[in-house]
Amino acid sequence: MMKGSQQQWPLLVPPPRTPGKEELPIDIDSSIPVSSMSKPYSDSQIEMSGDFVRNPSSHSIQSKSSSTHSIKGVSFREGHDLNPVSYGSRGASLGSNPVRYGSRGASSGGFTSSYKEINDEDARLVYVNDPGRTNQQRFKFAGNSIRTSKYSILTFLPRNLFEQFHRIAYIYFLVIAILNQLPQLAVFGREASILPLAMVLFVTAVKDAYEDYRRHRSDRIENNRLASVLVNGEYEDKKWKDICVGEVIKVSGNQTLPCDMVLLSTSDATGVAYVQTTNLDGESNLKTRYAKQETQMRTPVVGNIGGLLIKCEKPNRNIYGFQANMEIDGKRISLGPSNIILRGCELKNTDWVVGVAVYAGKETKAMLNNAGAPSKRSRLEKRMNKEIIILSIFLVALCTVVSICHGAWLRRHREELYLMQFYRKYDYSEPEVKKYEYYGWGMEIFFVFLMSVIVFQVMIPISLYISVELVRIGQAYFMIRDDRMFDKSTNSRFQCRALNINEDLGQIKYVFSDKTGTLTENKMEFQCASVGGVDYDNGKDISTEDWQTGYSVQEYQGESPDEQALAYAAASYGFMLVERSSGHIVIDIQGKRQRFNVLGLHEFDSDRKRMSVIVGCPDQTVKVFVKGADTTMFKVIDKSLNLNMVNATESHLHSYSSKGLRTLVIGMRELSTSEFEQWQSSYESASTALMGRAKLLRKVANNVENNLKLLGASGIEDKLQQGVPEAIESLRTAGIKVWVLTGDKQETAISIGYSSKLLTSKMTQIVINNNSKDSCRKNLDDALQLYKKLSNVSHSNDGGHGAGTNQLALIIDGTSLVYILETELEEKLFELASKCTAVLCCRVAPLQKAGIVALIKNRTDDMTLAIGDGANDVSMIQKADVGIGISGQEGRQAVMASDFSMGQFRFLVPLLLIHGHWNYQRISYMILYNFYRNVVLVFVLFWYVLFTGFTLTTAITDWSSVLYSVIYTSLPTIVVGILDKDLGRGTLLQYPQLYGAGQRGESYNGKLFWVTILDTMWQSVAAFFIPLAAYWDSTVGVSALGDLWILAVVILVNIHLAMDVIRWYTITHIAIWGSILATFICVMIIDALPFLPGYWAFFMIAKTKLFWVCLLGIVVAGMVPRFVVKVFVQHCKPNDIHIAREAEKFGNLRETNAETEMNPISDLPRSTATATT
Amino acid sequence: MSSDDGSSKKVSRKPRYSRFTQQELPACKPILTPALVIGILMCLGIIFIPIGLLALSASENVVEVVDRYDDVCIPSTDQKVGFIKDPATNKTCIRSFTIPKKMRKPVYVYYQLDNFYQNHRRYVKSRSDRQLWNPKAESSTTPCDPEGQTSDGKPIVPCGLIAWSLFNDTYMLSKNDAALQINKKDIAWRSDRTHKFGSNIYPKNFQNGTLIGGAKLDESIPLSQQEDLMVWMRTSALPTFRKLYGKIETDLEANEKITVTIQNNYNTYSFNGRKKLVISTATWIGGKNDFIGKMYMAVGGTSIVLGVIFSLLYVFKPRPLGDPSYLSWNKSPTLD
Repeated sequence: MMKGSQQQWPLLVPPPRTPGKEELPIDIDSSIPVSSMSKPYSDSQIEMSGDFVRNPSSHSIQSKSSSTHSIKGVSFREGHDLNPVSYGSRGASLGSNPVRYGSRGASSGGFTSSYKEINDEDARLVYVNDPGRTNQQRFKFAGNSIRTSKYSILTFLPRNLFEQFHRIAYIYFLVIAILNQLPQLAVFGREASILPLAMVLFVTAVKDAYEDYRRHRSDRIENNRLASVLVNGEYEDKKWKDICVGEVIKVSGNQTLPCDMVLLSTSDATGVAYVQTTNLDGESNLKTRYAKQETQMRTPVVGNIGGLLIKCEKPNRNIYGFQANMEIDGKRISLGPSNIILRGCELKNTDWVVGVAVYAGKETKAMLNNAGAPSKRSRLEKRMNKEIIILSIFLVALCTVVSICHGAWLRRHREELYLMQFYRKYDYSEPEVKKYEYYGWGMEIFFVFLMSVIVFQVMIPISLYISVELVRIGQAYFMIRDDRMFDKSTNSRFQCRALNINEDLGQIKYVFSDKTGTLTENKMEFQCASVGGVDYDNGKDISTEDWQTGYSVQEYQGESPDEQALAYAAASYGFMLVERSSGHIVIDIQGKRQRFNVLGLHEFDSDRKRMSVIVGCPDQTVKVFVKGADTTMFKVIDKSLNLNMVNATESHLHSYSSKGLRTLVIGMRELSTSEFEQWQSSYESASTALMGRAKLLRKVANNVENNLKLLGASGIEDKLQQGVPEAIESLRTAGIKVWVLTGDKQETAISIGYSSKLLTSKMTQIVINNNSKDSCRKNLDDALQLYKKLSNVSHSNDGGHGAGTNQLALIIDGTSLVYILETELEEKLFELASKCTAVLCCRVAPLQKAGIVALIKNRTDDMTLAIGDGANDVSMIQKADVGIGISGQEGRQAVMASDFSMGQFRFLVPLLLIHGHWNYQRISYMILYNFYRNVVLVFVLFWYVLFTGFTLTTAITDWSSVLYSVIYTSLPTIVVGILDKDLGRGTLLQYPQLYGAGQRGESYNGKLFWVTILDTMWQSVAAFFIPLAAYWDSTVGVSALGDLWILAVVILVNIHLAMDVIRWYTITHIAIWGSILATFICVMIIDALPFLPGYWAFFMIAKTKLFWVCLLGIVVAGMVPRFVVKVFVQHCKPNDIHIAREAEKFGNLRETNAETEMNPISDLPRSTATATT
Repeated sequence: MSSDDGSSKKVSRKPRYSRFTQQELPACKPILTPALVIGILMCLGIIFIPIGLLALSASENVVEVVDRYDDVCIPSTDQKVGFIKDPATNKTCIRSFTIPKKMRKPVYVYYQLDNFYQNHRRYVKSRSDRQLWNPKAESSTTPCDPEGQTSDGKPIVPCGLIAWSLFNDTYMLSKNDAALQINKKDIAWRSDRTHKFGSNIYPKNFQNGTLIGGAKLDESIPLSQQEDLMVWMRTSALPTFRKLYGKIETDLEANEKITVTIQNNYNTYSFNGRKKLVISTATWIGGKNDFIGKMYMAVGGTSIVLGVIFSLLYVFKPRPLGDPSYLSWNKSPTLD
């Protein structure tokens, strides 16, 4: 869950306390019905659910971690996540322990450093209720006003321009414009040459200014909110921006917190407060925070609040970690993440809290986490850039041709230059005859080269960058607004965090998916249990009514879904958790209330993969209860006590996990008085330690968690999200390989694989599950052999299309991956995996997830997509070409790292198959079209240059050639790029195979590019030479012919677009025909300006019939080849899209039906969601 | 979990449905069906061939007489440039030809220059449009260099290489020894006369330099009446061009003998330019030019041929539209 390097989550340690005192900061506020499911449960089992309750702030970490999902809790460092060293070190340790994850090393390293931070030199000292003194220190603490805006009115112009010119495209514009200002090179008029640059800068600046204005406004609103601050013993309203560190603030219920504060007291006598952190991490459940008992008692008396000193770590981004201690009456108490409430959170279910500001303004965790979206470049854009380089080569070639020809022309006419009326090398007007604007042969050639760059500048389609950006914004708008991708249960829309890679969604070949929370709901339901070696697989006996009564009694907010499931299950069997305060639990056992004291709690961590609680029972015994993953639990269970039972439990566990259930093993031991006292003293010294607290606590835990008596095991079902099997089926039909990477056990993973239809019974499974490199190698070799054999068999059977009959599924576990990834075996794994229909990786660490993505990414050109919801998916989300975060039950880390986020896995289907497909088709057509559009004009200009003595005269007025890509032809391509659809939604869903068009890059590839260029050449020839020949030997003037050429080109490119438009909306009509009309109007306006040489030329030429006959001839002659090729290809070599489009039109596919079929997938009420409330 | 509970209290962020946001706007989806394709091609043929025929016949009806005179109206010496530059030599030259077919009035008289780059960058830029219209802008001659000012710094009106190089050959036509009136009125565009060349602008310091480019202008006639200048200032698009010299307002009968007295003043010898006298009638496609007709015939013919080819293709190699069995994944041999 953490992003920063300070990994403190395992340190979510309760504050020091003495046993018996009721101040344990434990999250379960409400009393929860707890029960065991059957008679054999002894009293001691009753506390189980209490045991499992953890410190509130650990919630999101551990939501998945209670059983085999310990890996979910593994944290990692950004930027460090792909460090090969960590793999190596893990490899060494793995010999003894089959499941240990390398990233631990990194994060435990973080603990110590986080402790160091609290050393005096690094600490921030906050004198409570003494802001003056607090802020008088070495460190300047930030004020609480925030500034997310980038510019002020004064800095806007320089700064915005500076930022804009970071783009290479703008530099190009600028250089061209500057070149044109040199008198020798002034091809275009001064105003005209600056127009494109000015236009682009203006549009971008307006956009930036608008965005910044909105930021300013929200900043202002935010800064001027009022908070109640303690000033001279009274609470006064103060604006948020005036709050400073050290001030004491009172916040009432349902208010938003103005800054990060350490809780001093709350309206609740026990010092509990509830906050909702949706704004911060997207989690909607309430978190419990505590005021220290010491301050809780003091604060009600207002004057008594001073004299406290809080020493806390420097501001960091980690929203789940906080390290501090507080000096109160000379006593030092440590503060943890459960004692701090963060800016942006909302106070809930609590009348008021009083806290002291420790981080303000930009130093708050909320602001520090306000990082920008990641920037990636889409594949299409990379390809486009390559093609633009080709175009630049064209440009240079054209310019070279022109300048060389010019040189030759000058040389051939060198004797005539003096007297030629149209050249006049000499200036006789001065008394002394001198050369007039003639700089020698070499310079002339050079100048002509530069001038031709200016004239042919549109060859590089700079406007394309802007158009593509606009189109992407449009596409993002449609994706966000798609109500099929709206998740009702979390009330979340689809989000585009990266704007640059929309079209990549249409070319995905591999989907790497996390399991828990991504394929499944991460909402647990208790299914069965094994108690004392007896299997009680009677989860189904629990009727929903029982469940409902359980809920209606108490509203419970657990931390992990597993825990809730257990508590609810217990309740339905008559064991209700009635009360849960920090130090005790009251449980209603079949009508009789019993009180258990919670004496100590060892948090979950992913090293131990278990957690424990020490409980003083009503019968005065002290017991330690441990629950955890089977692998680690069986190591600490005393098997000698009851071997049969252990074996039976193990076999039950196996059968649970093959049903896809998450398993937990529970053990218990009674502590003798001496043991307890020993534990107590070491626990207390460990939990108050300032250095290495986590390590010490872990040691204490390890000491007490041993020789346990096995009580039993539970099986909890993590339900598949709705529509997952269908989605996987669709994706697979679309030719997308779905790989599931999970931290779960192999059996659980396989069974989820079956239920999600990732695996089918038709598939041959290859399981790689090894403990050494050699056996991995052997396994891989065997598997490849097997594949060859199978494909041979199928070859001989049905002639090469055996893939359908002999599908392979590869199941590989994290341990084996340790030996394979980043070794020479990778190659083999890749070879094997790429042949498998399904790949399932279980027990993988976060870094390995990224490693697997890299395995594919480094070896193929195929696009990869990673989807996940937890922090452990961040590395893979960032590694993959497209990263998708599920904004679900876990924190926002995955979403923050992702390019897109959505609520449900099944939204991948509309996202990829519909929007991805459309985006890809649209953008690729748009790029090709824009190339074509600009090159046509360039060639028309070029042909003319050949008839002007290679002197770069343009018949087309400079204004027209500048307005060409701004007004004449820009709008239609943007409109078509945003709106056109090659196929309807229903068709795309009905035939997911149509997605293959994008995977194969059918709409934009080298061949198409060259075909387009050929077509372009023909069209430019038609547009140029038809008027040339028609007006040969005539009196036509340069302006008139220029008008004809520009109109011909504009009509040609718009008709070209019109020919390729698939769906004509009203707005498409307006854009295309409107552009042609606009061009006519612009040409008329330009020709109505008497100070231009071409005055009235258009009106004169437009009076002649020849003009219109020429236009018609150009358009038809230019389009016929394209039309014929298009028709021919569609008839003889139709691609899937052609067929599907025809079918759509002529009713072979029933689109409406398909469309209604889609609805159930997105709109079904979520039964489980309602059940949990 | 309270998430669901929470969301029901909150305002749903579900995007409001509209056909636009869901991309379900009604649209017309034209598809190139065989009928449509054949229809389009045939239509093109049907439209283009008649236009082509009309254009051809129009071009055919144009009667045009072209007479190149630059090579014959000069003594065949090596000193062609010297001859033409010398103001003292007699440059009169008499040419005659017969009218091949009856020419109906108005008959246009053009001069044609070849290899004269009126679209040369140095040339086209060397003019001042402001000066031509606005008396106050008389001295705005910056773009006109090297013909902007006289050597003593006075502005030239009209300035620039274009005006300086004004064509100055003259033609006197006679038919059967009777003078044939050439009407030089209204040869320039009306827009030029009324809005581009000022009626209060008079030529000044024009053609006073060492190097004479071409015609001189009568300084007593305002620019708005200097129609030859206006015609000349409409720079041509191509290095071969015609400019209107005047109109003959009478019909010319076939086999009539026309004699032209040419003052061969204009120097094209310095750059091997050719000069021609053109007498021609005009139709809607302009002068004699078969290109448009031929092109239309070619395009129309091609369309019809293509239409036929496609018809045959659709008949002999038909493909049912939208047949799912043509989809690539259905095409894979599922024959077993």
